[in-house]
Amino acid sequence: MTLNRREFLAALSAAAAAGVGVVAAPGAFAQSPTTTATSPYKRLLILVELKGANDGLNTFVPYADPAYYALRPTLGIKRDQVLQLNDKFGLHPALDLLMPMWAKGELAAVTGLGYPQPNLSHFRSIEIWDTASNANDYLAEGWLARAFATVAPPKSFVADGIAVGGGDLGPLANGSRALSIASTEAFVRQAKLADPHGRASNKALQHILRLEGEAQSAALNIDPKVTLKTEFPTHAFGQQVKTAMQVVAASPGVAALRVGLGSFDTHQGQPGTQQTLLKQLAEGINAIRQASLELGRWQDTAIVTYCEFGRRAKENQSNGTDHGTANTQFVIGGGVKGGLYGSHPSLTQLSGDGNLLFTTDYRALYSTLLTQWWGFSGAQSEKVLAGKYAPLSLFS
Amino acid sequence: MSTRRQNTTLIATLGWLLICIVALLLAASVATAQTARDDSPMGFDDARHLLNRTSFAAQTADIENYARLTRAEAVDRLLAETRRHAAYPAPAWTAKYERVYRPDMTQEQRMQANRRELIERGLEIRTWWVAEMLSTPTPLTEKMTLFWHNHFATSQQKVRSAQLMYRQNVLLRSYALGNFGALLREISKDPAMLVYLDGAQNRKGAPNENFARELMELFTLGEGQYNEADIKEVARAFTGWSLEPETGEFRFRRGIHDDGEKTVFGARGRLNGDDIVTLLLRQPGTGEFIVGKLWQEFVSPELSPAAVKRLAALWRDSNYEIKPLMRAMLLSDDFWSPANRASLVKSPVDLVIGSLRQFRFSVEDPAPFAIILRQLGQDLFGPPNVKGWPGGEAWLNTTTLLARKGFLNRLFRADEMLKPTLAAGDDMAGKQDMVAQPAAALIDRDMMGERRQRAQTRLAVRGGAADRLPPFGVSNQLRGQYFFNADEWFRQMRAAMQGGRGGDDDKIVRTLLAGPPVQAPREVPHTLAGLRTVALDPMYQLK
Repeated sequence: MTLNRREFLAALSAAAAAGVGVVAAPGAFAQSPTTTATSPYKRLLILVELKGANDGLNTFVPYADPAYYALRPTLGIKRDQVLQLNDKFGLHPALDLLMPMWAKGELAAVTGLGYPQPNLSHFRSIEIWDTASNANDYLAEGWLARAFATVAPPKSFVADGIAVGGGDLGPLANGSRALSIASTEAFVRQAKLADPHGRASNKALQHILRLEGEAQSAALNIDPKVTLKTEFPTHAFGQQVKTAMQVVAASPGVAALRVGLGSFDTHQGQPGTQQTLLKQLAEGINAIRQASLELGRWQDTAIVTYCEFGRRAKENQSNGTDHGTANTQFVIGGGVKGGLYGSHPSLTQLSGDGNLLFTTDYRALYSTLLTQWWGFSGAQSEKVLAGKYAPLSLFS
Repeated sequence: MSTRRQNTTLIATLGWLLICIVALLLAASVATAQTARDDSPMGFDDARHLLNRTSFAAQTADIENYARLTRAEAVDRLLAETRRHAAYPAPAWTAKYERVYRPDMTQEQRMQANRRELIERGLEIRTWWVAEMLSTPTPLTEKMTLFWHNHFATSQQKVRSAQLMYRQNVLLRSYALGNFGALLREISKDPAMLVYLDGAQNRKGAPNENFARELMELFTLGEGQYNEADIKEVARAFTGWSLEPETGEFRFRRGIHDDGEKTVFGARGRLNGDDIVTLLLRQPGTGEFIVGKLWQEFVSPELSPAAVKRLAALWRDSNYEIKPLMRAMLLSDDFWSPANRASLVKSPVDLVIGSLRQFRFSVEDPAPFAIILRQLGQDLFGPPNVKGWPGGEAWLNTTTLLARKGFLNRLFRADEMLKPTLAAGDDMAGKQDMVAQPAAALIDRDMMGERRQRAQTRLAVRGGAADRLPPFGVSNQLRGQYFFNADEWFRQMRAAMQGGRGGDDDKIVRTLLAGPPVQAPREVPHTLAGLRTVALDPMYQLK
């Protein structure tokens, strides 16, 4: 039996993979043979990370509670500036672009999200949220990576998930077919240089060859000529959103996208910073909505915000807020049942260190997305999240 | 027997063969390592390994020089040559502290002035540091300065003063291989840090916990080695560590310092910030945390807990002097172990500065390279957050790996070259395999970033920093250009080589790559295209 060079290389790679633990080839991912049409992943999840921890109390404002103004004598959003959602809560005025979505019943606010024994380090706490772990468990895989290992997205998708903006992979890390893309134009053009062939003799090379393979195959699935009519904001978040929606428009599909903006770490001078960032957030979300409507995907799109923690209930004396615990997040989309979910933590009964006591485990939000949005079974969701978390009925 | 079955058997056989070969190779390299006596010259590959880990890609001539030394002699020489000051002259405005916020300015004028400073001076200090890295005779000094910049991560984006960022850089360099305890003390009073982590806002009765938390989580002990109560006490101890607005210097404000009793790590008393630094230096966790980070920067991505503990103990015993620690680490068996060679991912600085230095590119204006570093994920003076750049494999994702390859591809693109503006009649012109084009052409225009970054990129493209900085580079005729002559480079390489095993080509590849090429041929054609092939090899990403 003779082998040509290509067969020999293939055999060598396989041998290497078996014996020494190496090599990546594009498309060599274990997948179930689901097609796009029947896949639960025809419903798209867009995660928005509010980097540095957004101050939830000044975002989703309990304006009718005198305790709020007692805790926030200077920072509190004045009652007459709050965009009222009901007689108790309202939005920060910079979020006015979200109000039409609220009126249409497309915006849900989930409040009181947190976890037991909260960790107040940015880096550890975002790791907890990204990996859906307990405060004291250290997990390597992102929660979406575990979800995709449990129910695989279609092989035809450009990737399981994409982290837009070129940063870390967060909830997609370690295990999923995840890409990082900063600009679709640059990605497709530069991917011509990607070459996954060869033998990796150590972990770092293995990582590189895997990336080369993923970039090469993904670039074949993105048509840079497809463009959207929607206009996107010119700020960095707007451009991330543009890249995200271009991937949706120009590829065979993707299950989850992660975008981010920040820094919301407002220990000092909070009002100006948060105003600017929340305005950008609302403009970005509005652009996602426009683009999704243009693509006929709004019913199938869910935008979910998240961050490592909320901020301290009482303002500090630097015109800012320190690290805190429980927080409010938004879920927005055409298929969302708008409204308020969860119960708002008390502003008078705080923890010993002056923090809000969470009322809903953040993993309940994840289990909602897994079971209600993507149709995972209860058992599958439990496997992904290593525990049972009663889902909220966020989707119609 | 079916074909499939035959293939399986073949694969299994090949697999075993491969394992045997690897085992043999490992055995051979262990044997070599054992026979290399401590008092014998270390040879080309060891010298290459040492220099590439401690500098920005070594040139053949340097490798050949170091190859004649023993490992200990080489490490001692590297450490002895380090400096405390930058050689490249800093922008003139760094000499005098000027507040951007002047009291007579309107709000709008202040914002405008501030924006302009962030863009213009921000580009100038980035360009200045790139110029220093490109020209320094002691790259290890810059590598360590960068290590501390990443450790005590501070970003101009929040500090909003290029002047304070520059001063912090000067501080980091002066202690880069000095005493860590002294550096930690100085950093706790560093104006840029006081702004970045809100220390300047930390007052008696109104503590701001930001610095206290990161001091313990990121600068000394590491996460999980303290509790929330410690953070509150430490924040109190640092109240009053403040700034003098007229000079931008540290000032202790007694009036807002909380001098009440505090308890930290079992010590009780009227503790202040200096006391806290002393207490933190007594905790074994401090040395172990930082040695672990140095290990992953210089030795291996895999921590060896026993080695780290041993080095940390040695470090504490030497009163946190950095040179003895570095000496012990660079002379450890782990550093030289064959398994740890080519195991580290180059940082963007390693890749960009290393390529320009290794190939002796002539660069007239380094500003575009500061922008390219940002596109590759390492914006100098602008780490992503207080934890710094995650580093290691995290340097590479599909975005940054492709951006690296795009940069390297353009760097060696002879076919796109503009005809060089070399003096007419120069006998090099037109004949040889060379690149001479505006360095700005290396910037990927599709990766511009946010608004301030876009403005800075446009300024770099226009040569805006070069006008205000001391001249850099060799030739005013190459205004804004970079220049590389492959023929000349290969000629110099051959001249520098001193025989040894393998032919010239083998040694060229061994100079350029930390291990065997994955895709490139071992015999590199002596052309720009040949070098491009080597630079695009995955092995080129490693050190």
